[in-house]
Amino acid sequence: MTVLPTRLDTSGPAYTADRAAMLEKLAALDAEHARALAGGGPKYVERHRSRGKLPARERIELLIDPDSPFLELSPLAAWGSDYPVGASLVTGIGVIEGTECLITANDPTVRGGSSNPWTLRKALRANEIALRNRLPLVNLVESGGADLPSQKEIFIPGGALFRDLTRLSAAGIPTVAVVFGNSTAGGAYVPGMSDHVIMVKERAKVFLGGPPLVKMATGEEADDESLGGAEMHARTSGLADQLALDEPDALRLARRTVHRLHWRKSGPAPDSRLRPPKYDEDELLGVVPGDLKAPFDPREVIARIVDGSDFDEFKPLYGSSLATGWATVHGYPVGILANAQGVLFSQESQKAAQFIQLANRRDRPLLFLHNTTGYMVGRDYEQGGIIKHGAMMINAVSNSTVPHLSVLMGASYGAGHYGMCGRAYDPRFLFAWPSAKSAVMGPQQLAGVLSIVARQSAAAKGLPYDEDADAAIRAMVEQQIEAESLPAFLSGRLYDDGVIDPRDTRTVLGICLSAIHSGPVEGARGYGVFRM
Amino acid sequence: MITSLLVANRGEIARRIFRTCRTLGIATVAVYADPDADARHVQEADTAVRLPGAAPADTYLRADLLIRAALDAGADAVHPGYGFLSENAAFARAVQDAGLRWVGPPPAAIAAMGSKTAAKRLMAAAGVPVLTVGPEPAEADLPLLVKAAAGGGGRGMRVVRTLAELPDALAAARAEAAAAFGDDEVFCEPYLPAGRHLEVQLLADAHGTVWAVGDRDCSLQRRHQKVIEEAPAPGLDPALRTRLHAAATAAARAIGYRGAGTAEFLLAPDGRLAFLEMNTRLQVEHPVTEAVTGLDLVALQLAVAEGEKLPATAPPARGCAIEARLYAEDPARDWQPATGTVHLLEVPGVDVEFDTLPAPAGLRLDAGIGSSTGDAPAERITVHYDAMLAKVIAWAPTRRAAARRLADALARTRLHGPATNRDLLVRALRHPAFLDGAVHTSFLAEHADQLLGQDAKSAQLAALAAALADATARPGATAPSGWRNLPSQPQHKRYRTTDGAELDVRYRLTRDGLRAEDHPDVQLLGSTAESVDLAVGPLRRRYRIARHGDQVFVDSPTEHHTLTVLDRFPDAAAQLAPGTLLAPMPGTVVRIAAEPGRAVTAGQPLLWLEAMKMEHQVTAPADGTLAELPVAVGQQVETGAVLAVVTAT
Repeated sequence: MTVLPTRLDTSGPAYTADRAAMLEKLAALDAEHARALAGGGPKYVERHRSRGKLPARERIELLIDPDSPFLELSPLAAWGSDYPVGASLVTGIGVIEGTECLITANDPTVRGGSSNPWTLRKALRANEIALRNRLPLVNLVESGGADLPSQKEIFIPGGALFRDLTRLSAAGIPTVAVVFGNSTAGGAYVPGMSDHVIMVKERAKVFLGGPPLVKMATGEEADDESLGGAEMHARTSGLADQLALDEPDALRLARRTVHRLHWRKSGPAPDSRLRPPKYDEDELLGVVPGDLKAPFDPREVIARIVDGSDFDEFKPLYGSSLATGWATVHGYPVGILANAQGVLFSQESQKAAQFIQLANRRDRPLLFLHNTTGYMVGRDYEQGGIIKHGAMMINAVSNSTVPHLSVLMGASYGAGHYGMCGRAYDPRFLFAWPSAKSAVMGPQQLAGVLSIVARQSAAAKGLPYDEDADAAIRAMVEQQIEAESLPAFLSGRLYDDGVIDPRDTRTVLGICLSAIHSGPVEGARGYGVFRM
Repeated sequence: MITSLLVANRGEIARRIFRTCRTLGIATVAVYADPDADARHVQEADTAVRLPGAAPADTYLRADLLIRAALDAGADAVHPGYGFLSENAAFARAVQDAGLRWVGPPPAAIAAMGSKTAAKRLMAAAGVPVLTVGPEPAEADLPLLVKAAAGGGGRGMRVVRTLAELPDALAAARAEAAAAFGDDEVFCEPYLPAGRHLEVQLLADAHGTVWAVGDRDCSLQRRHQKVIEEAPAPGLDPALRTRLHAAATAAARAIGYRGAGTAEFLLAPDGRLAFLEMNTRLQVEHPVTEAVTGLDLVALQLAVAEGEKLPATAPPARGCAIEARLYAEDPARDWQPATGTVHLLEVPGVDVEFDTLPAPAGLRLDAGIGSSTGDAPAERITVHYDAMLAKVIAWAPTRRAAARRLADALARTRLHGPATNRDLLVRALRHPAFLDGAVHTSFLAEHADQLLGQDAKSAQLAALAAALADATARPGATAPSGWRNLPSQPQHKRYRTTDGAELDVRYRLTRDGLRAEDHPDVQLLGSTAESVDLAVGPLRRRYRIARHGDQVFVDSPTEHHTLTVLDRFPDAAAQLAPGTLLAPMPGTVVRIAAEPGRAVTAGQPLLWLEAMKMEHQVTAPADGTLAELPVAVGQQVETGAVLAVVTAT
């Protein structure tokens, strides 16, 4: 046992102020989540219920095991876009008959559950999570199909939805479609491509072309039921494997279907001894300074998320701006990389590259805790090979095959975002705290850089420089970059899997690690050429 | 001298007698019917003999088999217990004829008292007061009580309030008496609803000593069966007590009685005392007398049977003892017997089992099923035998103290199994009228509204505790119970109480603790799968949870609930849309066994379809009417062809 000490002064003014700032951000986050939870609003939810139908989240609640956790993914999808927050789709990881599954449910109260470009991205992300972590996929389908005005964004990339289903199946990952209502035209391929199909009697409607289209195409007169009713598919076409009498029956059948998968996780089992951290997770609210310019010790975070606050540091005296070490989270061994002073230097980069290689040799998942302003710049550093060393770290991260988890606690700027396994480096899961910010650089720096470039350009042309205009432009740019660095904005663009309450970090990591271990955990045996 | 004793009985009385045998150094032989193969009395005996079958008539009432068993097992004496053949003179005689010692009164004495009608005549002649009705009862004699002459334990008894009811009551009583006792003789006596049931424990030896070993009050009855008994009978003035004991002793002497017996009397509200009957055996309620006298009545029975002499006088009664009979039955549903598995019987604070209590106070348990130590009894209560689970006896210096002790022990008892009369017993023992000694045979009926019913709030808390125990009992959890990053609704569970009420429990376990709908003042202090601590306002309570199948037993120290977990999903089988039956494959209709328009029952074969050299039976999916049968024998049908339509009723 190497129990981390804490230097957090929970009675001091800094802690109190930082905590208050974080609570304010959480209240704002709750308000955004409430928009996702509201779906299409009370009117449409009521209309949906009056038809004897359950809202998407009630379907999920009945589908998963009583008292089991449910981690909703990408809840802020479409935030900041023209489409409703949540993108008319609920996705998440839940436990069905003891088996962790990736669950998706169309929200029919939002424009009939029709898919917009963000729905598509959210669904594809869910499929990716299912595929990479070998999680059985259960789709609760009721969608009016593509949002036609935005078809140009949906139609061509949307084919991946159906491709994914059969690729999951080919990879031996079960797929289950439960059809509660419309699933027509392209949507018909969701049940069409799934391993197991359950349809709700008198509700499911699954056909390539509805009566008007059929009439136009061939002149044939046909009704909905004969073209795509649940009974027809159960008795005649064979597209439905199970005919459910109603929604609860469909969910019951889905649970039986998952039970009969007798799914076994391929990853190693966790140590079952329960060892909560020694320190109160509530204190995570006051760890991150309200102003990200002030660094903070990530060990205060590690001490509140790992088992027993027990952390064995690797190379503590070398590259001290990056803390690396070994711990377990809910019994799952992990390697942790956490930014300690914001900046990544050559030593930190080389330490990270070595640590990542070690983790791969040990088949050990990696957790990246972000608070970085990027790789160090300047003459000495460039001459010292910071590019080479940063490249080593990025090489190691890119080719590492152990599962990666990223949590953006504070800053995640520049190539530091890449080296710490940002979104483009395919971490299995990436979550942000409300305090996080991510961009190519900080808003002030970015505005300042633009200003310097403009000033140099003016000077080169011998033109006078308008200082007032410069100040205005700088302010505007700063504001824009600030807004576009914020978690809700990035989450809206699916650049993370959700914004989480810092106090939930350990729980979220536990759920993700457990899900990850549904698949095998194997390290890389080769990398790109390391430039020495 | 007796060296090996066969007990021609089962359950707690067999265990009771074995206990004395062990004290005395007598080997024990049990008999058992098939449902009792794993019963405690069988496990505890040195030897056990099977009586094939289940019905009492095939087993515990088979004198021939019992005697054969005694001989096979090498027993030299037979104790009949109570009930079954305990008051059967022919059996007593047969035992003696087989060369075995009979632990009971002489067959002639049994015979004399065996017929209650004959006994009454005998007693009247001996100067003992009796209740009588002429052979043709008149309006003035109403209400009447119809009894089986050979009966006991309330079997075959019926109250008749109008003369018009009498013929049916007599017929029904006869039928029940014939089934229960093998004798259909019945008789009538005046029914005194507010009377008290008093009785005197008698013990007589072969040397002329007759003891009246104190008296008992057994007025608290339901369906004419005793539920709560006590010794001594409360509130008797000395003159009355002297008369009572004298009448009882006279009755015993009149028939040359030997062994243990009980003279039963009715004390009318006007003070009249009337002899009811004499039970020529050990009584169920004998432990109260043992408690107050310190005697072992079974040991004395054995001693008398061996010809020993009783001391000149019986020991005096010290303090008060009360017995409560715990029955598997539902007082709220007209005392219907309940059946099922008893998973746990845990009576706290028991000092002795089947034994005499050490002075000056204590608690005794006589149970037919597994003992108080909670060593997984899991015994079946079947329809074949008496549904009495246990007798709990408290002895204390005063009657109120005994009642308080007994009520408390019963209230704390953990009993996981079928419905019982426990709550009723507790409430009766705590009822002010009972504590004042105002007991009579209609007590339970008169106070029924105070003795029955469940507290809805308490059941809801129990359901909440059950739900929370389950919420905690999630092995290998990597997240707090029911955790959500976007909470949209509470966890929802449903339970049904034994009253049939459905309880909805909605709760969330949040970072800030429990949020339970309808229970804003309840906090969760701690929980495991088996135990839940709740704070209800300022009060802290611990609930213990046990699950067996779909039943959850929730015990707090003094409250107990049996809840049935209701499935989140409606029973699919029950809601399968009955109706159209389609051909599962192409074939030929070879036989039809139903007619359109006729009623059919679920599972009834309607027709047979031959395909691939096999006959497939098509059955009715539900009870209903065969609305359509559009096929005929010999007809070829394709897959999916309509074979029949059943309209459910």
